Amino acid sequence: MTALTQRHDFVLIFEVTNGNPNGDPDAGNLPRLDPEDSHGLVTDVSLKRKVRNYVELACGGEEGMHIYVQEGAILNEQHRQAYVAIRGEDKAKGAKLNPKDEAEAAAVRDWMCANFFDVRTFGAVMSTGINCGQVRGPVQMGFARSVEPILPAEITITRMAATNEAEKKKAAEGQEGDDRRDNRTMGRKHIVPYGLYVAHGFISARLAERTGFSTADLDLLLEALTNLFEHDRSAARGEMATRKLIVFRHASALGNAPAHALFDRVEIRRIVDGEPRAIDARLDNLPPARRFGDYDIRVNVDEMAEGVEVLELV
Amino acid sequence: MSYGVRLYVSAPYGLFTRPELKVERMTYDALTPSAARGILEAIHWKPAIRWVIDRIHVLAPIRTQTIRRNEVGHKAPYGTLKSAMKRGDLGGVQLLVDSDRQQRAATVLVRPAYVIEAHFELTPKAGPDDTDGKHLDIFNRRAARGRCFHQPCMGAREFPVDFRLILAGEALPTAIAEDGDLGLMLWDIDHAAAGRPSMFFRARMQGGIIDIPAPDSAEVLR
Repeated sequence: MTALTQRHDFVLIFEVTNGNPNGDPDAGNLPRLDPEDSHGLVTDVSLKRKVRNYVELACGGEEGMHIYVQEGAILNEQHRQAYVAIRGEDKAKGAKLNPKDEAEAAAVRDWMCANFFDVRTFGAVMSTGINCGQVRGPVQMGFARSVEPILPAEITITRMAATNEAEKKKAAEGQEGDDRRDNRTMGRKHIVPYGLYVAHGFISARLAERTGFSTADLDLLLEALTNLFEHDRSAARGEMATRKLIVFRHASALGNAPAHALFDRVEIRRIVDGEPRAIDARLDNLPPARRFGDYDIRVNVDEMAEGVEVLELV
Repeated sequence: MSYGVRLYVSAPYGLFTRPELKVERMTYDALTPSAARGILEAIHWKPAIRWVIDRIHVLAPIRTQTIRRNEVGHKAPYGTLKSAMKRGDLGGVQLLVDSDRQQRAATVLVRPAYVIEAHFELTPKAGPDDTDGKHLDIFNRRAARGRCFHQPCMGAREFPVDFRLILAGEALPTAIAEDGDLGLMLWDIDHAAAGRPSMFFRARMQGGIIDIPAPDSAEVLR
């Protein structure tokens, strides 16, 4: 396990075709929108969930690769594994268990970091009663935002069956016709016809030292980001894919350039009549983008700050 | 009084949660001194120094949006973790998000931008080689080159901050021309005292600038 000694900043560019990348519970599961400029949003927690799911699929049950915040059933129960016992048994009973001291709280934190990939990566809050026993993970992600405004479409679909007798009666009221129509119920789907989203992420080498996030973990994280949507297929998602993953690797732990200056080097432009054009209001009169080929993505590597390496993983 | 620093910070969103509205999070109207301190500490901090926020310039109009997300209802129970560690197996150590689901809305600030004016004081933990100049130089060097311990955030980690050092002699960006009483605002949390009490102050904005009371002033309410 080699410790991570370099800061990384990454740009993840992914697309959605005829799907809903992230529904908004406040808006009846419509794709999330920034109400001011109609750009689509995907929350950080949505992307983190997919990273966790991928790691669980890829390394399910491997030692030290467990996922703490799980979805659904537990597939890998009861893994006996070696660990360093900190102290003898102390019988503590009661509604709230607090650690005896900072050292014990730290021991539990370290054990969690050693066993669980997601605690080591994103952190977790453990209610120890002493300073919350927080693990602050090295990996931080922002919201993903579409490069252009999106216009979600509402698709009404029908089902040739009713859930129960009452629903069947209701559907049949005021209708004469065949059996096939009687049972029909209506449903709704929301889709984004096409959207290209950009998410920014940060990996702090200093916090990685504290949680034990290693270079192997980093490789796994980048692999997860590359294949983020390959195992996340569902009726709602449509076709989603990671289209670009650009990693800025700094030579030092604290970094060699401001993150926002690096992110600005990733230039996304729309292709109009074979010519890349800047994305601005003048595109509003043109047909909307409907495929990845409508965009031109360049990473401007001229006069790169010293000690910053650009890796284009996808 | 050591020399001050001035840092320009901006982000797509900001969430400075009001302690009285924690469940469905509601943000304060402006950056709190405690969040500003966290931003500075993300760039440079040592136990030998303590950041003191002097002034906060509000550069962007105060606007909010609501974002509702699925969240997990509970934190990791310490007792379960400890007994699992003692037993040496991971049985029962997980959070099942599907069965512990909560949907919570957060009212967040849209595209906030501020200038933080601050200075630091030496604490009793300062050694003989901890001089004002040394820490000031480290901070200025880091902030000017975009180096940081971890990426600072606007109140919550999903809102990363773009920061830029305002050099000596450089003009400050213009604050919004608004006066107003922002009400009682969290000044900071007293991590040294028992029970970690919160301290508040009356935040008044004049010409977009909020003056932050000094740590020992009578304006800091406990």
